[in-house]
Amino acid sequence: MMQQLRRLKETASQTAGPYVHIGLTPNLCEISGVYPEDLGARMVNEKTRGERITVKMRIFDGAGAVIKDALIEIWQADSDGLYNTPAETRGTADPNFTGWGRQASDMETGVFTFETIRPGRVPFPDGRLQAPHLTLWIVARGINLGLHTRMYFSDEETANAQDPVLSRLEHQDRAATLIAPREGDTYHFDIHLQGEKETVFFDV
Amino acid sequence: MKNAMPEAGGFFQRERNWHPPAFAPGYKSTVVRSPRRALISFPQTLSEITGPVFGHQMLGELDNDLTLNHARPGESAIGPRIIVYGKVLDENARPVPGVLVEFWQANAGGRYRHKKDGYLAPLDPNFGGCGRTITDAEGNYFFRTIQPGAYPWPNGINDWRPAHIHFSLFGHGFVQRLITQMYFEGDPMIWQCPIVNTIPDKRAVETLIATLDMQAAVPMDARAYKFDIVLRGRRATLFENKLEGN
Repeated sequence: MMQQLRRLKETASQTAGPYVHIGLTPNLCEISGVYPEDLGARMVNEKTRGERITVKMRIFDGAGAVIKDALIEIWQADSDGLYNTPAETRGTADPNFTGWGRQASDMETGVFTFETIRPGRVPFPDGRLQAPHLTLWIVARGINLGLHTRMYFSDEETANAQDPVLSRLEHQDRAATLIAPREGDTYHFDIHLQGEKETVFFDV
Repeated sequence: MKNAMPEAGGFFQRERNWHPPAFAPGYKSTVVRSPRRALISFPQTLSEITGPVFGHQMLGELDNDLTLNHARPGESAIGPRIIVYGKVLDENARPVPGVLVEFWQANAGGRYRHKKDGYLAPLDPNFGGCGRTITDAEGNYFFRTIQPGAYPWPNGINDWRPAHIHFSLFGHGFVQRLITQMYFEGDPMIWQCPIVNTIPDKRAVETLIATLDMQAAVPMDARAYKFDIVLRGRRATLFENKLEGN
């Protein structure tokens, strides 16, 4: 008999289900008066530093249909590459930027809209700078465990080419699935859960 | 305290054979919503290790009381009154303080307050179905609610969900983010449910079943269920060289 490590197992995940909005965006689904506003709905205010951008996302299933009952959370650095959290030790992030956003899609069109700022660069553990990116977490009916992915920016070609995460992909043609094209001030990020255009998802 | 373990490391790798797989055809919606390519791993960076933190000041007085937070003055939701309480721990069995816990559920008849729910059981005018709280310094949380009912769903021709409450948890890092469901001790519907049965290991299912705790009940008011939740643990950096930029 050996000594025991006495670690616990992580609580098993279950799907968020089709009514995730009740819990996470109640005002959006007409449960008003419980919370003053939906958490994560606003990431910026009039004092936020950095370049304002709009990010529009859609999620497609393996049959090519737009999903209308998912929820996406994003986590990103401020314009200086700092995270708004007490664990940030490199400096103090912009207090007028939350860094965290939560949106459900429009129930008719399936479009998620995030009003945010372009993030600065954040180092990889070895010190190399990562390209600007948003970290995404996706839950929905039919998704048993939240999916992690990232969104990079099409107009950061040089930084993207050097990015330690993008450049470690064995199949380099898949890097394009993480890069959102820019049109005006808006980035359009289409996420494909399955199939030919399947987005890269991470086990991190 | 020079032996204290610093808390700056990355999180333990997820045991993905303990969690339900993405593709679990008994739960039909997973068939077209599951990635088929392998997930890609990379060393956790600040983007994964950090995450949003919420202060207790954001909470309203009734945020953790679903019997009252959507009720008309002087009224309350209909159904068996219960308290759900527990501790949020990490895989190192240490309490996780200051984390946001959100929960949502159907009413006593199994009906959700959501326009996409067309089940014929009626809405309760005094029940919204959402609540939230933040764990205290010892990782404890609790809320008051009514016990939700089972409800049918379009999967198999006669599939019913067991009574359950959905939970959403933040840890201290974005990759600790977790959504799960709590079930109730003794419910025979648990072992028939295709969503429960996406979980491959029976022991993992058992950790989702809350225990009736009569010692924590409030006499003449509410019974209590205990539900502890475990989030990913993090490596201490004690044995690691401090890497630049991390």
